[in-house]
Amino acid sequence: MSLADNIPGSAERAAPLGEAVKGRSLWDDAGRRLLRNKAAVTGMAVLALMVVLAVAGPWLVGFHYDTVTKTDVWMGPLTGGHLLGTDSLGRDLLARLLAGLGVSLAIGVTATAVSLVIGVIWGAVAGYVGGRVDEVMMRIVDTLYSLPFIFFVILLMVTFGRNIFLIFLAIGAVEWLTMSRIVRGQTLSLKTREFIEAARAAGLSSAQIIARHIVPNLLGPVVVYVTLTIPAVIIAESFLSFLGLGVQPPMASLGALIATGAQDMEMAPWLLIFPSATMVVTLMAFNFIGDGLRDALDPKDR
Amino acid sequence: MLRFLFRRLLVAIPTLFLVITVAFFMMRAAPGSPFVNERQLSPQVEKAVMARFGMDRPLPEQYLNYLKGVMVGDFGPSLKYRDKTVLDIINENYKVSLILGGLSFLLASIVGMSLGVIAALRQNRIADYATMAVAILGVCIPTFVTAPLLILVFASRLGWLPTAGWNNGAIPNLILPIVVMSLPQIAVISRLTRAGMIEVLRSNYIRTARAKGLPESLIVRKHALRAAILPLVSYLGPAAAGLLTGQLVVEKIFNLPGLQKFFVNSALQRDYTVVMGMVIVYAVLILVLNLIADILHAALDPRVRLS
Repeated sequence: MSLADNIPGSAERAAPLGEAVKGRSLWDDAGRRLLRNKAAVTGMAVLALMVVLAVAGPWLVGFHYDTVTKTDVWMGPLTGGHLLGTDSLGRDLLARLLAGLGVSLAIGVTATAVSLVIGVIWGAVAGYVGGRVDEVMMRIVDTLYSLPFIFFVILLMVTFGRNIFLIFLAIGAVEWLTMSRIVRGQTLSLKTREFIEAARAAGLSSAQIIARHIVPNLLGPVVVYVTLTIPAVIIAESFLSFLGLGVQPPMASLGALIATGAQDMEMAPWLLIFPSATMVVTLMAFNFIGDGLRDALDPKDR
Repeated sequence: MLRFLFRRLLVAIPTLFLVITVAFFMMRAAPGSPFVNERQLSPQVEKAVMARFGMDRPLPEQYLNYLKGVMVGDFGPSLKYRDKTVLDIINENYKVSLILGGLSFLLASIVGMSLGVIAALRQNRIADYATMAVAILGVCIPTFVTAPLLILVFASRLGWLPTAGWNNGAIPNLILPIVVMSLPQIAVISRLTRAGMIEVLRSNYIRTARAKGLPESLIVRKHALRAAILPLVSYLGPAAAGLLTGQLVVEKIFNLPGLQKFFVNSALQRDYTVVMGMVIVYAVLILVLNLIADILHAALDPRVRLS
């Protein structure tokens, strides 16, 4: 690899400098490095496959995830046309698994998006404005950090009842904290750079500088953290479902399936093993992508 | 050093104050009351009960009274358990979480650091790949997956260990919960240690130590490890807090009488004082452990000045 690949300032081309020489941007480089990373590519392929399966599930599997068949209870894998067997109510496990996978992925992406928006804005404003404002904003983050996660969940639940949007809210309310800390730290170091000074000299307002110059240059660490937040959210949702506080039956999620599987594991171990395996593969795929992105975007860290 | 401690404690106090305030008002804003689920109380009795706990006062006044109590270490009586104070309850329930969390933390630190060092010394060889594979698996398998699977294999099928229960802390009952709790931590700790070691082993002072002819084991133990675990130390603070306050999933699956289960029950029953007490314990623990992490950081790295 040539030295030019590693010039840290190449990210600054995101700033509108008119017609620059067409060079390889940080993202071109990162993309190429990412595609060379076998684990990350495998992770992406697996995830793409999972999304397709989760979306196409109802058409692929001959059973609906919520059809109770009293005659087909506790069927083992590969019996009676049920590829992965059935549960205590005779529902097809594969259909439930794909439906649950879809729910888990959707929650993971949505809650992460929520935490991304709040965390980036919060962290960038605190870091850029600095002083009193920074202190107050970060004290709020510290405070929320010090409250147990389950505390938020229970309070939201008793106030608004059990509801899937609350799960987003509760998880998002916790996950944005780390994001805002990362963004703030990056902003603090970006703020002192010349191109920000130039923007200020050009008469841009703080809001414009944050939106046009700070945030685009934060993308590297943020993208890496996002790929690590999605699995964290999936785990958090599963944790809640496992405790019976997450998605409510007949809906399924990976966590809810693992929870019922754990109850029935003596009787029907496949109900525990298949959802667990799916969960682990999903989390691994995200982790490989996250690690790959980190290596690709931060060459010095290899 | 003393000045640093003093300053950090001064900064911690407003955070703790905010935590108490936010938790207090959030708790009270939620619907429900600690006295509804019992036998239907007549309005007079309910009024008398409310008055006994000072809950007939306006909320801001209750808040100030609570704060006054907390400042002198009085967390008030439980609203659900007769004749027990919040401190009694925390004392009774803390033991299980403390034992499990403490042992898990010890196990995770020792195993994780050893694996990390071995992986770094054997970089890109089988031992390294094996360790890192374990580390990746450890991160990707949540406790609610490992716990039932381990129970299925080691308790139900093989019958080597009990499936669940506390049994007064008998060692066979502790093994599975501790393993389940420490696995994800082992994964992270070994990764952090490996990364730190690899970086440090490349540095000039290690080359100097080698050139001096020091034995490799001495270099690793005395010179490299000390610098390599610096990034680890800041991770261990919050990790220890997470382990010591108990883990709901583990307590549920293994049916252990730990702090988290109690916390959830109290929150569902609106036992306000008990919930507040536990929130405070949790926050203090996080603050203290982070402080310890900072002190350790300075002790390990002479370049860091505590000021």
